[in-house]
Amino acid sequence: MKQFGYSINPDRQIDYDLTDKSLLSFIVSFEPSLLSCISCGTCTATCTAGHFTDFNIRRVHTLLRRGEITTLKKEIQKCMLCGKCQLACPAGVNLRNLIRSIHVAVEKFNV
Amino acid sequence: MTFNIFVLPFSLGFIFLLLTIFFRYRKWIKALEKEDRIRFSRGLHSRKFFLSLKEILFESLLHRKMFRKNPLLGYMHMTFAFGWFLLIILGNLESRIYSGWWINPPYYPIFMKFFIHDKHVLPFEIFTVPGFFRFSMDLVLVVILSGLVLAIIKRRRSRWFGIQRTTRLQLTDKVAMTCLWLIFPLRFLAESFTSGAYGYGGGFVTQHFGNLLAILYPFSDKSIAYGFWWFYSLSLGIFFVTLPYSRYMHIPTELLLILFRNFGIKHVKSFSAYADVEVFSCSRCGVCIDVCQLATANSILNIQSVYFIQSIRDRDVRADITMKCLLCGRCTDTCPVGINTDSLRLIERRNFAINQLPVQDYIPVSIREKAEIIYFAGCMTHLTPGIIKSMITIFKTADVDFLFLDEEKTICCGRPLMITGQEDQAAKMIGMNNHLIKTSGAKLLVTSCPICYRIFREEYKLDIEVLHHSQYILQLIRKGKIPLQAYFRNVVYHDPCELGRGSGVYMEPREVLEKVADVRSIINEKNRSLCCGGSLGILNIDRHQRDAIIHETLKTLMSGNPEMIATACPLCKKTLSKHSSVMVRDIAEIVCQAIPGTKYNPVAQLTKVI
Repeated sequence: MKQFGYSINPDRQIDYDLTDKSLLSFIVSFEPSLLSCISCGTCTATCTAGHFTDFNIRRVHTLLRRGEITTLKKEIQKCMLCGKCQLACPAGVNLRNLIRSIHVAVEKFNV
Repeated sequence: MTFNIFVLPFSLGFIFLLLTIFFRYRKWIKALEKEDRIRFSRGLHSRKFFLSLKEILFESLLHRKMFRKNPLLGYMHMTFAFGWFLLIILGNLESRIYSGWWINPPYYPIFMKFFIHDKHVLPFEIFTVPGFFRFSMDLVLVVILSGLVLAIIKRRRSRWFGIQRTTRLQLTDKVAMTCLWLIFPLRFLAESFTSGAYGYGGGFVTQHFGNLLAILYPFSDKSIAYGFWWFYSLSLGIFFVTLPYSRYMHIPTELLLILFRNFGIKHVKSFSAYADVEVFSCSRCGVCIDVCQLATANSILNIQSVYFIQSIRDRDVRADITMKCLLCGRCTDTCPVGINTDSLRLIERRNFAINQLPVQDYIPVSIREKAEIIYFAGCMTHLTPGIIKSMITIFKTADVDFLFLDEEKTICCGRPLMITGQEDQAAKMIGMNNHLIKTSGAKLLVTSCPICYRIFREEYKLDIEVLHHSQYILQLIRKGKIPLQAYFRNVVYHDPCELGRGSGVYMEPREVLEKVADVRSIINEKNRSLCCGGSLGILNIDRHQRDAIIHETLKTLMSGNPEMIATACPLCKKTLSKHSSVMVRDIAEIVCQAIPGTKYNPVAQLTKVI
């Protein structure tokens, strides 16, 4: 068979039916201020843990919205709850409580 | 021996109460750690015991602290506590002198006027006062009744006493309180009716009132009096039985708490016997409600220390109540019993810790260069670079050789984790920082953040001196190492919670400020200062609730129309700046500005007098 120099990529579509939104809605009920996030990234820029690791609160947010709980669980272990992000956040997201809520939720959903 | 069946409710209640108190005391003392138990038994045989007795007299009976805060409330509590105490003492003396017995049945002094109608013996002279006991006990009874009137008015119209909000009471509290209120009027009526029916035997009030009653109810004979003796005994009995299950348990428990505290027994990390004694010592007076900014600024009225402590007592501790607290320390400061509510909160928060929370294994602990003095700015200070720049300028002006420990790759001090209950994780961070500090070989640690300052002093167990930068700057100024030239008009100082109430540093920042500024005082300052609203102690309030606290605090700070708000905490500075109409600056920045010829001008725009 003639090789044309390209191949077919595996299917990359996101199946919204498979996205687990239960964790997100549980956490939003705990910390509704998450909804006012403007994804500016100030939290990530100021993060204490971010100095040492690739910890990224914006990424945590994305993982949460996508329902990728397993990765999320590992990711939030890195936070030290110092509160710098919360102080810097222009949208007033209650970030310390958000991280704590994720921990509570992960414990509750037992994933 | 004189006896009548109506003494039974009182006697049974009294025996029940004594036994309960005995077993509770025994339980608490037994539950003490071994060292604390040694402290306790040593304390009983030392001078501290007599000091404690003095404290019990002044605080538990005379309510001196209450008097200072609110004379009307102080008087009310004193009439009940000290008045009742005097009645017991006088009644016992009278009955013993009269009967000549050393040992009386406990009901005898209380119902003596029912049993004894001896016209010739009763008015015996003591201190050349005829009928001394009758007279003084009547006087005390009238004073108690005046206190009772105040108590009833206070329940109905608490605002007249300067109280905005009172505690919501439980059923047992209400039953016990009603009985307590009934005790003294019933005693008064019983004594009056009896002395009226016999025509003698009463004091200067009860006798006259009794005579009046005898005219009004000539048919009554002694049966009405007998009925009132029954009610009197019943109200005493019910009060004694409900006491251990109501807030009035604070009366016997507080005595033990005063002993424990004076003997040097303290809170530990877990819920100890001392903490339990504190819980039962809470009188649910509700003083902590009016000082709580969550109540005054946000009308959150179910989380204050009184309800939190009640939830511990009821074994119904809930996460939202425990976590919803600014940990500003205003209630601890104002508590008339001296309960350390913040410590109780922290102890309970540990139960809600998340087991899998951060394990910061990734933090590299690198050994750095050696230095005599190390400067630890803290996370929050890194968000207010003006303070760091000012501190570096001050260090350089004073020609101090220092090492900036967290210049890059900041590590958290661990207190934010600790105050959310994550003790183990905090311990890990403390260990790492401790190692870092020790390997630097420094003799002095200067920090700009009161949160760090507090945990360095309380938890790190460092063998070197730890100073907040306000204290260090004061030392430098006293040594004449920083020349100061500028002078600022009309500055108000905001006490950070962690530095003021938390660590007891009130005077040093003021002394520094007075060298460079004209500091105005406000009502809510020093131990009464408000929280800025940025507290790391609380997680579950939103931005708007924080804003309400900031506005409340700014209102008191702006009461004297200052040109600048000075503070000594980066978190306070950042939080207050958000809504302040005037400049908010840290002490370090103000001092830096006052140094002649400084290149860095953090307070440049303000009127400066040279």
